[in-house]
Amino acid sequence: MVTNRIDHTWGMVVDLDRCTGCQACVVACQAENNLAINEKSAFLEKRALEWIRIERYWEGEYPNVKARFIPIMCQHCSNAPCEPVCPVFATYRNDGGLNVQVYNRCIGARYCINNCPYQVRFFNFWHPTWPASFENYLNPDVTVRTRGITEKCTFCVQRLRRGELEVERRAGGRLNDQNMAERNYMPACVQACPTNALTFGDHLDPDTKIRPYFDDVHAHDIHHEQERTTRSYLLLEELATAPNVIYLKKVEPYPIGENEHNG
Amino acid sequence: MQEGRILTATEVNRDLLRSILDTPRWFWPVVMALGLVVLAAAIVIGVMINRGLGITNLNRPVVWGFFITNFVFWIGISHAGVMLSAILRLAKAEWRRPATRAAEVLTIFSLMTAMTMPIIHTGRPWRIMYWAFPYDFARGIWPNIRTPLIWDPSAILTYLTSSSLFVLIALIPDFAVLRDRTTGISHQVYSMLSLGWQGNPRQWKLQIISGVLLSALILPVFVSVHSIVSWDFGMAMAVKSWHSTIFAPYFVVGAVHSGVSAVAFVLILLRKAYGWQAYIRHEHIDALGRLLVVVATGWFYFFSMEVIFGIYGREADEIAVRTLQFIQWPVSAWTMVFVITTYFIPVSIWLSRYCRRNLWIMSFACISVNIGMWLERFLIIVPGLANRQVFTFSWNMYSPSIPEIIIISATFALVAMFMLLFSRAIPLVPLYDIKEGDILKTEIQIGRRAVPAVYRED
Repeated sequence: MVTNRIDHTWGMVVDLDRCTGCQACVVACQAENNLAINEKSAFLEKRALEWIRIERYWEGEYPNVKARFIPIMCQHCSNAPCEPVCPVFATYRNDGGLNVQVYNRCIGARYCINNCPYQVRFFNFWHPTWPASFENYLNPDVTVRTRGITEKCTFCVQRLRRGELEVERRAGGRLNDQNMAERNYMPACVQACPTNALTFGDHLDPDTKIRPYFDDVHAHDIHHEQERTTRSYLLLEELATAPNVIYLKKVEPYPIGENEHNG
Repeated sequence: MQEGRILTATEVNRDLLRSILDTPRWFWPVVMALGLVVLAAAIVIGVMINRGLGITNLNRPVVWGFFITNFVFWIGISHAGVMLSAILRLAKAEWRRPATRAAEVLTIFSLMTAMTMPIIHTGRPWRIMYWAFPYDFARGIWPNIRTPLIWDPSAILTYLTSSSLFVLIALIPDFAVLRDRTTGISHQVYSMLSLGWQGNPRQWKLQIISGVLLSALILPVFVSVHSIVSWDFGMAMAVKSWHSTIFAPYFVVGAVHSGVSAVAFVLILLRKAYGWQAYIRHEHIDALGRLLVVVATGWFYFFSMEVIFGIYGREADEIAVRTLQFIQWPVSAWTMVFVITTYFIPVSIWLSRYCRRNLWIMSFACISVNIGMWLERFLIIVPGLANRQVFTFSWNMYSPSIPEIIIISATFALVAMFMLLFSRAIPLVPLYDIKEGDILKTEIQIGRRAVPAVYRED
């Protein structure tokens, strides 16, 4: 069963031009990955678990203000700062190019949380609980984490594994972009996004929709002089973490300051 | 030249074994009181292990708080032992003699206390075996040697082993003295510990050689332990104000600063508690004060360089952390307190001979340094993590919860309790070292000149 599985390098493209900040991805992630419900107290204690979060920034002065949204999830860095600092190898880069967290190994030293420049790692300060009526809703494919361990976005690795197994079993081939489109073997946030702002794929596969953006980023990295041909950029690119999530700049038809009447 | 008259061996034995052979009235009540604080903390730790780290006020992104601050603080205190006994022994500073044992014992207990901190601060402390001790045969996964969290236990356990050896070797002659003065079980224990010491020349030679050798061997450990602890922070590339190459020497000098101050304070307490006025004299405290002026100024140099280099790069993230540390209320107030109590108050005190020889003023200065150094670690760790960086949704501050404060206070009680209990079992001022110093001080008249009676070859 482990035939062609190692050939993936999963990546995501986030088109900020399309993102409306609707938080559907946040809810989908919460439901898919058995995240405890973030009550008000969790946010007040600053201990809310959001594997993907929408950061909202305001641009301009009132009344000419525009809201900017940026979904931030684990960037699955190829050169992840969280990996070398874990004393027990609880986080490592797996065959699929994912930065994975092994809950069983984690001792909860929280060094990885410090060392993540994107702040996308979360610590379970309490044992997660759900209202009794919710317990049947838990996803059986995803571990329910205990207290005292760190967790983060997995790119819904359970869906990718299931996709690989299904495709191998039925089509005898390997999971590719086309299969994924057919069967929706994609992370929950991508599936839930109403504006298709998130695109997921294997950027080793030449046919995927995300491939041109990754080619562009790899060809014109931050040290090169020339501009990129697409709108791609990486978060905190100067830290050289080599993320596998590409952001596409928002193209502003009516920039603040140029069309004052537009507001 | 040393002050005070030369004491006979009988006097030294009588006075310095007083702490062991008879118990002062205040002893057990004080130990009980300290024990109650430790017990309270043990209960809190039990609750914390049972319920989870939620009972602390740690949050995201400030996931390291009081526990790690306290860990670094106690590791810092532990640096006094080697500083006073190994370095000053190699430098042949005669005034070190009464301070060495107390400093080494303080080293051991502060290291042991420090080691508890990172263990209880992990989410699953019962997994210590997979982490600090690399014996995980069952799963075939060895610890990740790239992380400073693995270097830490190696460095600390090496330091603990070597300083325990150092203390034990220095204790052998004193154990023999105790063996000859006790009966019953304690006699048997002391006989075992004194390893058949007869005081013959060969044994003395071996004891001195091993002491000097260990002094030299322990020096690299001394430098490396706090360097490695500082790399916990220095290696974290995502925390801008931590990611600095100056941290290793900065932390080592800071450790000596707080550690030697703590030893000076412990010596003053011992002098008061056991009436060792003839042994821990003003000149010793005075010498420690003079040493501390140099150490503190070295520390202040590194502190200013760390800040200046931080600002010099003009990175927005780094400037943001410095703004938080030095300008924004209330952290800026703590920074002021820290700089004043760590450097300006104590150094201005230590510059005056009168103040160095006044025990009350010296105690005040030493406590002031340690308050300041504790705050220093806090002000390095927490504002760095408060993450005034690009992602504003992660901005946050941290203030300790009551359970954390209880545990932190208990570490002080724990060290004090261990020190007291050990003062009942071993002499905290080394007998043989004092006698040796007195012999070396003895002078004989040759014609009109007074010359040392004994010439030392090493």
